[in-house]
Amino acid sequence: MIKSLKASGNKLAEIENQLRVLADEPFKTELPTFKKKLEPIGHFPLKPSKIEILQINVGYMCNQVCKHCHVDAGPDRKEIMPKEYLQKCLDILEETQIPIVDLTGGAPEMNPNFRWFVEEAHKIGVKEIIVRSNLTIIKANKKYHDLPGFFKKHNVHVVSSLPYYQAGKTDAQRGDGVFNSSIEALKMLNEAGYGKEDPSLQLDLVYNPTGAFLPGDQAQLEMEFKSNLKKDFNIEFNNLFAITNIPISRFLDYLIASDNYEEYMEKLVLAFNPEAVEGVMCRDTISVDWDGYMYDCDFNQMLDMKVADKTTQHINDFDLAKLEARDILINQHCYGCTAGAGSSCQGTVA
Amino acid sequence: MEKSYYNPKDLKKFGEIAEYEPKLAEKFFDYYGDVFKEGALSQREKSLIALAVSHAVKCPYCIDAYTEDSMQKGASEAMMMEAVHVAGAITGGAVLVHGVQMMNKAKKLSM
Repeated sequence: MIKSLKASGNKLAEIENQLRVLADEPFKTELPTFKKKLEPIGHFPLKPSKIEILQINVGYMCNQVCKHCHVDAGPDRKEIMPKEYLQKCLDILEETQIPIVDLTGGAPEMNPNFRWFVEEAHKIGVKEIIVRSNLTIIKANKKYHDLPGFFKKHNVHVVSSLPYYQAGKTDAQRGDGVFNSSIEALKMLNEAGYGKEDPSLQLDLVYNPTGAFLPGDQAQLEMEFKSNLKKDFNIEFNNLFAITNIPISRFLDYLIASDNYEEYMEKLVLAFNPEAVEGVMCRDTISVDWDGYMYDCDFNQMLDMKVADKTTQHINDFDLAKLEARDILINQHCYGCTAGAGSSCQGTVA
Repeated sequence: MEKSYYNPKDLKKFGEIAEYEPKLAEKFFDYYGDVFKEGALSQREKSLIALAVSHAVKCPYCIDAYTEDSMQKGASEAMMMEAVHVAGAITGGAVLVHGVQMMNKAKKLSM
């Protein structure tokens, strides 16, 4: 298993180095910065709409080490959100009535208080509880085998990554054996009733390209995935979200190491779609890190770009009105969310 | 004069052919865009056909463009290589079938 950038001492583990890359060529001379693209269409500074999603990154620990991971997650990461902050997030959800909580990681299930949090969120009536499960966690250890039943009990909306419907590309990105383990986990979720007609048992898959290219048409890919997973494994799911790889962290490392960085950024800039700006997720989402700090999105979290309003940067100082009035922080990686049909944690946006 | 006949950066300048003859270029690019729209064939099928033709006409720009386009449309490496083999079979066949012409001539000239 490969190590995280942090554990392997990679210079990109230092956020300043990632920001330096994003500020350098091709954006110094050849390509316009993201800000330059937003200005003429009246979207600078980028402003939020109504906050609908509280996305909580409950920890960077993961049982997998995926090559494209923007979190640089892995078994060697020890950052885990403590119960005190999970409780604070519950308080915020209850007070503000933000309808959706979106749990991500790492593998969110590895947070020791994960189940407690889901139970409590269900109890206080959060309308939708999303868990971004990597699937293999369900098979990783006996203590996780009952997760499909647990998810079902609390009407959890399961969103899982599967970059391809065959083993080769999936394992190349996510590690050897990940495809087979994911297929077994998907079968367990189907057996629990997930991915079928019951609207309370949503199972969505996330497709992201296995390399330095942009995702194709989401609807076409969904049809492909559905027919192939059904034919080969009798697996069903509800929706496929096509997500663009964002040029930060491990994917940035891959782009640079494979000499694809400048061309990839050029592709993103050429594919800039002003209509996608309207629907970017940072406009209706607040991202929280394991240490309680807030960001415009999970990508900004990884670049340590905390929300701009310094008086409400931590969940202990959560102020919905101020957050909804803030300026969203942008950088060149934001091109990833506005390319083509756009990209968000819920797939395309335009 | 360029030192090389092919420069990968020239692919992005394809649209610039309109500079010398805008009307015909416009017609061509409109037609091109329509050809690749979803129709009786899917966009991915069209992309794989384009990839095969790119090899048959030995166009390095087209090979780069339609390898990426095929991947973007979810084609696997096996699909792309099978497309290249189709091009190989047809171009190889096109050479070999002329062997019949050679044989006809040879037989005519022989006692």
